[in-house]
Amino acid sequence: MKFLCVECDRQMQFEERQLPGDGTLAAAFRCPTCGRVVALLTNPMETQLVASLGVKIGGSTITPQPLETVRGMVTTGRADAFADDGKRETGNVPAWSPEAQERLARVPNFVRGMVKRIYLDYARDRGIAEITPAVMDTARTELGLEGM
Amino acid sequence: MTLNIRTYHELTEADRSDLPGQIGSQRRRVADRLATVRRVVAVLSGKGGVGKSFVTAGLARALARSGRAAGVLDADFNGPTAPQLLHLPVASCTSHGDVIEPLVSAEGVRCFSMAFLVEDGRPLAFRGPETESFVWRGALEAAALREFLADVAWGALDELLVDLPPGVQRFQELTELLPAPPTVLAVTIPTLESRDAVRRALRAAIDQKATLLGVVENMVGGPFAGSAADELAAEFGIPVLARVPFHPGEDVWENVVSKLGSSL
Repeated sequence: MKFLCVECDRQMQFEERQLPGDGTLAAAFRCPTCGRVVALLTNPMETQLVASLGVKIGGSTITPQPLETVRGMVTTGRADAFADDGKRETGNVPAWSPEAQERLARVPNFVRGMVKRIYLDYARDRGIAEITPAVMDTARTELGLEGM
Repeated sequence: MTLNIRTYHELTEADRSDLPGQIGSQRRRVADRLATVRRVVAVLSGKGGVGKSFVTAGLARALARSGRAAGVLDADFNGPTAPQLLHLPVASCTSHGDVIEPLVSAEGVRCFSMAFLVEDGRPLAFRGPETESFVWRGALEAAALREFLADVAWGALDELLVDLPPGVQRFQELTELLPAPPTVLAVTIPTLESRDAVRRALRAAIDQKATLLGVVENMVGGPFAGSAADELAAEFGIPVLARVPFHPGEDVWENVVSKLGSSL
């Protein structure tokens, strides 16, 4: 999808993405000429359809994880489907605050290892020393993790 | 005032989302992963219950025993049976980097199946809005097929057999995802009804410019009467590769491998 600022006859540029809740995905676009901003709001079914295609509105800055869509969307996954999810990270590993750990523990086993790696990659790429719930929220929005 | 509305493709400024680029990148990832696979063989019938999975497993095991590198991608996400038929116990998968390792049977067949991922006795269920799930469920299953192709470390294979579910939808998704149309192996039982369903599937395969390898007639010599395989072979100009009785011995599959010789 693209947005045209009819008044300026310019293609609007992606500005930011938000997940305000209720299954809504909000993507804001700005006209580079007049600065006008419009927000596209998808309903839960449309949000799901975008996620199903494995694409990210606004693009993504981190490497996709293997079976990312399947792991992010399947609700009847085996708890022991992936053997190496508890593998210890090495090198410069961001810490987890107790609140973030608690939140991570609530993620189903099937997808927890992948979610953990995504947040670790996000934090490492940005030089974040400690992952907190606020960091997780920002990452979720920035990375377009509609389902995680 | 007349609004100057242009078409999607007339707006050509760089776009951070670059959705076509993301789709292109997904397709390249499939092509890169399968670059070491000599041939992808879609096992289809268009009809349920004719034994596609049984034939796929028998053939894959015979290929492996004959020294060929064989893989099975179980594309029947809602009724995965490939692991059982390959005598492969369900075990945890190992991921490293950006890939998942397939599980390997004692005979050397590499396999990936939804059975490895979904709890025993539970249906494949997706998170999402309950209403209008028919809109997005198909897209999710197509995404699962793409990820099974692109994210599993298939390695160097002579043949990757794709065990398709009944119908032609998954076959069409497969063809769209692959860099070139797959080779098709049709499975039928002897009956008229099966012949008609397989005919439709083979027509769909031809429409997708797939190469037809041949037809295997399953459940021969039992209660199902007819000559579906011979009729399909004559109509499409393809060989009958095997007539598989109920309770076949391993020699049936070995004969298929040897009959096909260098073409398989």
